[in-house]
Amino acid sequence: MGASTHELDALLQGKYPAGFSTDIETDTLAPGLDEQTIRAISAKKNEPAYMLDWRLKAYAHWTGMETPTWAHVHYTPIDYQAISYYAAPKSSADRPGSLDEVDPEILETYNKLGIPLEEQNRLAGVAVDAVFDSVSVATTFRQQLADAGVIFCSISEAIQQYPELLKQYLGSVVSYTDNFYASLNAAVFTDGTFVYVPKGVRCPMELSTYFRINTEKTGQFERTLIIADEGSYVSYLEGCTAPMRDENQLHAAVVELVALEDAQIKYATVQNWYPGDEEGRGGIYNFVTKRGDCRGDRSHISWTQMETGSAITWKYPSCILRGDDSVGEFYSVAVTRGRQQADTGTKMIHLGRNTRSTIVSKGISAGRAQNTYRGLVRMSRRADNARNHTQCDSLLLGDRCAAHTFPYIEVSNPSAKLEHEATTSKIGEDQLFYCRQRGLSEEEAVYMIVNGFCKEVFNELPMEFAVEAQKLLNVSMEGAVG
Amino acid sequence: MLSIKGLKIAVENKIILHDLDLEVGAGEVHAIMGPNGSGKSTLAHVLAGRDGYDVTEGDIIYDGKNLLEMNVEQRARKGIFLAMQYPVELPGVSTLSFLKASVNAMRSSIGEQELDAVAFMKLIRSKAKLVGMDEDILKRPINTGFSGGEKKRNEIFQMALLEPRLAILDETDSGLDIDALRVVADGVNSLRADDRGMILITHYQRLLKYIEPDFVHVLAGGRIVKSGDKTLAQELENRGYSWLEAESAA
Ligand SMILES: Nc1ncnc2c1ncn2[C@@H]1O[C@H](COP(=O)(O)OP(=O)(O)OP(=O)(O)O)[C@@H](O)[C@H]1O
Ligand SMILES: [Mg+2]
Repeated sequence: MGASTHELDALLQGKYPAGFSTDIETDTLAPGLDEQTIRAISAKKNEPAYMLDWRLKAYAHWTGMETPTWAHVHYTPIDYQAISYYAAPKSSADRPGSLDEVDPEILETYNKLGIPLEEQNRLAGVAVDAVFDSVSVATTFRQQLADAGVIFCSISEAIQQYPELLKQYLGSVVSYTDNFYASLNAAVFTDGTFVYVPKGVRCPMELSTYFRINTEKTGQFERTLIIADEGSYVSYLEGCTAPMRDENQLHAAVVELVALEDAQIKYATVQNWYPGDEEGRGGIYNFVTKRGDCRGDRSHISWTQMETGSAITWKYPSCILRGDDSVGEFYSVAVTRGRQQADTGTKMIHLGRNTRSTIVSKGISAGRAQNTYRGLVRMSRRADNARNHTQCDSLLLGDRCAAHTFPYIEVSNPSAKLEHEATTSKIGEDQLFYCRQRGLSEEEAVYMIVNGFCKEVFNELPMEFAVEAQKLLNVSMEGAVG
Repeated sequence: MLSIKGLKIAVENKIILHDLDLEVGAGEVHAIMGPNGSGKSTLAHVLAGRDGYDVTEGDIIYDGKNLLEMNVEQRARKGIFLAMQYPVELPGVSTLSFLKASVNAMRSSIGEQELDAVAFMKLIRSKAKLVGMDEDILKRPINTGFSGGEKKRNEIFQMALLEPRLAILDETDSGLDIDALRVVADGVNSLRADDRGMILITHYQRLLKYIEPDFVHVLAGGRIVKSGDKTLAQELENRGYSWLEAESAA
């Protein structure tokens, strides 16, 4: 006696609350991709020669590559010539130096999304870098961070201001040959965020970036690079939304994290890109390469993600555990409903001795959605006493959706230890009855149960973002009942 | 307050209850006993409005209203509480947040303001004392990994918290040790009130020593085959059910 599929579907067909678009003049490149496009992007950004060279090498490499087909997702092939690779709000031709100079329309957009930059600036103690289409429009809290020696700026700015750091670290974790989308990103990325935390510094506040795709037929190719120098600590959150449009939009980001000796990076994502309508029209293709390099001994990187949006998600935030005693963690909640497809998971590559990794993946599927966990744990020959614990839980709402789990394990060191647990469950009719008997509506009951299912992951988010993640979960469960 | 007339219930085309009548007045405590599989939990679930039971004949009137037209949460908000025979685990849902949601859902349904965290905790403390509920357990996910006795006690705790008009206790005494049984019985007795009705489903006369019922009914073969006062429970303890089944078949 499962709860009826229709009722649950109704519950889960919540509206997409971020689906408005903003009327602002943009400076957009005509669709199409060739060497000229790349030169044009680089010229618009006034980049030094080292960047253009790198982009061109990436492009040359990409032209010889094939679209990957191994993921458990289905879509019509992307026409890379039909995408515009650069869209900037016109008013930002001269990059704003402070919030006062940011186009009020853009600020309003962020306000509607519940990210009031001004307010965050004053109240929340969270530094925000906002990326609108392809450029970074506002970075709050610059001065306080600068006092601590933390660099937090757009990557375009870093390319100009910190060429030595860029040359040393850009592409050092995800090279421009890494994979199809990473190569494309290296060639055409337009903006993103750069963070450098110096030796021994504990970053005094949470850092945060909000990405928003606004212009039609644009791709968003941002690139984030975070470096935590020896003994430093930083916690970072990215949030993403996009307006409703009938066509699909491509988001192919690259995130590189480098943690040196005794450094710790916590990277959290709350992603609710537009998922498309119930028939699967429109929505974001979210093809992202995220990788952290625990380069120093005792370094620590954790990925926490809450994925509720996008038509298709293809994403495996990974850790290379190079330093001895380094630690990698992956905590994920992926919600798919309607016709959404998610193929997500992680890779934990154990190279150093006594390295440890933890994977906790919670997949929630409803409607006709497909939710796939794909995870690789590799214990290399040198990785004495490496440990991994993996837990993959799937929750199915209704009986037309599906969950798939593909764990890949490669062990070349006999002292390595791995544990893997996986469960698939449905919300029980008995659980709903119990909640409703205590006065909760069916909707509240579903929310409560799903929220409980995600608890372990939400516990890993910083307090204010955990609240946000819960709200988002609530919104994505919102529907017709009551 | 509760009037059941000619109730016939089927589950997946199998008839479980036939032609059942039961009247529960305000302030009364009714005990329902009967062999395994006789339909006691079925009756409790039907009163609470659980899906999956077909009411093919009969009426249930509660406080002058047709109970069968209300859904589960509407009945709960109108004061029907079911302490379940098998309380359900909700992994990851902390007991406190569950209880807070429950208390506030009840309050807002009658137009009362929701309790804030401070007022709620005060309420929790006073009720926890009443039923000897360990406060540490309230931080854990509800019923998850609780022992059998802890689950039952948690049900009584919730009953004390929600102060229902009609409380149905489905074998809350099963699986309790002697001390816990005392505590639960004390909790129930302290909730006895002129405007509150109670239905105790039990297999054991020992609970009825602590909670003296006004009426005892025997449910067998899907109908109430005998009703009496508390001495009937003693008789059942001595003679079992077979004589009644024989009597009703005759
Ligand atoms: N979903 C169902 N499908 C089929 N039969 C059911 C279902 N639910 C209950 N029954 C049957 O209905 C009958 C009554 O069950 P019920 O749980 O009400 O008994 P009970 O009197 O509470 O028994 P116990 O004393 O063992 O708790 C049993 O024969 C049971 O198998
Ligand atoms: Mg029973």
